[in-house]
Amino acid sequence: MFKYLENQLPKLVMAPTAIAMFVCMYGFIAWTVGLSFTKSRMMPQWDFVGLMQYEKLFANPRWMVALDNLWIFTFLFIVISLFLGLMLAIFLDRNVRAEGALRTIYLYPMAISFVVTGTAWKWILNPGLGIEKLVRDLGFTDFEFRWLVDQDMAIYTIVIAAVWQSSGFVMAMFLAGLRGIDDNLIKAAQIDGASTTRTYWHIILPMMKPVFFGAIVVLSHIAIKSFDLVQALTGGGPGYASDLPANFMYTFAFNRAQMGVGAASAVIMLCGVLAILVPYLYSELRSDKQ
Amino acid sequence: MKFKLSVLAAATAMAISPVSQASEVEVLHWWTSGGEAASVQFLKEKLNNEGVGWSDFAVAGGGGESAMTVLKSRAISGNPPTAAQIKGPSIQEWGDLGFLADINDVATDAGWDDLLPGVVSDVMKFEGKYVAAPVNVHRVNWLWANPEVFTKAGATIPTTWDDFMVQAQKLKDAGFVALAHGGQAWQDATVFEAVVLGVGGADYYQKAFVEGDMDALNSATTVEVFETFGQLRQFIDANSPGRDWNVATSMVINGEAGMQIMGDWAKGEFKVAGKNSGTDYVCVAAPGTSGSFTFNVDSFAFFNQSDAGKADAQKAMADAILSVEFQEVFNLNKGSIPARLGMDRAAFDSCAHDSMDAFVASSQTGGLVPSFAHGMAVSEAVSGAIYDTATNYFNSSDSAEEGAKQLVAAIAAAQ
Repeated sequence: MFKYLENQLPKLVMAPTAIAMFVCMYGFIAWTVGLSFTKSRMMPQWDFVGLMQYEKLFANPRWMVALDNLWIFTFLFIVISLFLGLMLAIFLDRNVRAEGALRTIYLYPMAISFVVTGTAWKWILNPGLGIEKLVRDLGFTDFEFRWLVDQDMAIYTIVIAAVWQSSGFVMAMFLAGLRGIDDNLIKAAQIDGASTTRTYWHIILPMMKPVFFGAIVVLSHIAIKSFDLVQALTGGGPGYASDLPANFMYTFAFNRAQMGVGAASAVIMLCGVLAILVPYLYSELRSDKQ
Repeated sequence: MKFKLSVLAAATAMAISPVSQASEVEVLHWWTSGGEAASVQFLKEKLNNEGVGWSDFAVAGGGGESAMTVLKSRAISGNPPTAAQIKGPSIQEWGDLGFLADINDVATDAGWDDLLPGVVSDVMKFEGKYVAAPVNVHRVNWLWANPEVFTKAGATIPTTWDDFMVQAQKLKDAGFVALAHGGQAWQDATVFEAVVLGVGGADYYQKAFVEGDMDALNSATTVEVFETFGQLRQFIDANSPGRDWNVATSMVINGEAGMQIMGDWAKGEFKVAGKNSGTDYVCVAAPGTSGSFTFNVDSFAFFNQSDAGKADAQKAMADAILSVEFQEVFNLNKGSIPARLGMDRAAFDSCAHDSMDAFVASSQTGGLVPSFAHGMAVSEAVSGAIYDTATNYFNSSDSAEEGAKQLVAAIAAAQ
């Protein structure tokens, strides 16, 4: 009896968490998927209308702008963050002085919420307050830097702020990876006469593959979920030029009384996350078995 | 002994609770800033004097978007507040869902049908019965101007849109920001609304933007409206995106900008800055709209209550809202005019007097139209579509034809 209990105890203890997970995550995911096939407007209404909300969604120019922005943002955000993070990590790894202090400085933005980041960058990028005014006050009166208020460039300001926030974190991941590499390998390469660049390019970077993978997964889901940064930095503006899908979803589901369209957009976002996570989980689980 | 005590306590609680519940209203609103909060406080005290408790349920956030989100979740979970700040066609949507309480007997006793103008009482009724009480009437189509700036630039305050372009150019040449504006969707829509009314006239406004008539929307007038709206792009400053409306108002107050198109709540900002109407600032109807009035009526809608005591408290609140004292105090604070007709106007300033006169006059000529930029004219879905097109067009360099085409498509998709 006691033995039996002891065996079951872990399951018993985990049960509430598991139930909460199932209801609050999968239950609500299912509910949202269900809602996206109904004609719900202000409140959930269970009249099924097939794919009507999806048709509406993809006929909406604002959604198409949000999707385009998501590709631009995700791609640039991941690539630039990875590049900067990796460079910072490599430089820090080469026994610079005051490494501890530098590491803290680069990691600090991570401690700030996206709302604070967004607000600070809003001021920095504002033509009348920030960089443009500073450079003009220095005497370059023709200087123009108005991405924040330019419909075509606003999305790039979000990339700037997000990269500033996240590249320190990527640096920390790579730094941990670099420290994990056996010194003997590098020494062996040096003895064989490989240059530093060659050593990094052919030996160290390939060994960083898991770190790249982890960083990409973390960054891409940050990108898809991005909401607060946009809200604080541009409010989706000018117009709706810098909207991301999460902002679109919130606006339509909660402010516009178009819950069906909002649910449909949430489902599309979920598909986006799954498209990244499923291959990742698949490769992880497979390598576990080996 | 212990047992007995707890039984006693439970019994007392049961005896007391209906009484304390009986005389309490829980009110969801988003009037949390200075003057507005003072107005709500006044209503609370008035009800307290009548023995009705007030449980405040304020959810901050300008347009009430977060408040609506909270309200929806409360309503879905079957626990709606006694009353909530809901306005315009949303009242009908809530009524359709069966949430609203009938307060018709209060309205009949107090004679609301005679006290309220027809356009206002229609909005307050669901299927012919009163379900909400109006607190004020805002006029949205105002132009606020700083006369000193106009004198310096040698310009005159415009009364038509053609003249507006000429005068604005003079202001711009003199180094002022001609039109103080905040680049937020609702502010873009507020200016767009003034242009629609000024260029197209009240009939066109009513047909295209209230009834959603496709023939009117597809007409050449729509292109003309976008033409004028697009010309305004050159008269705002580069820093406008994201700016709050009251910051834009302060640009007019401190002489940085010449004019602003904004509803009469802007008056509160001038007042707080210690400015006098007529001398320090001027309020005139937005260009080409002097005979018209776009109204924005704030109101409290009442929710079904299972408890009879709460329902009584609710009725007391409805009655208090339409009282002369509350309508006066509230509207003096808010800058709007009372929803109740025939009140003493001595306490109000000249802008409010203009507003009252225009309200009565326009109701006879058909120039009294609901504001679509402030959720009075069309459903949230359609007004959202108008917001999207207006703000997108205003921030782009699209041609007027493209703007008109996008608008028609967006409204058709949202209907």
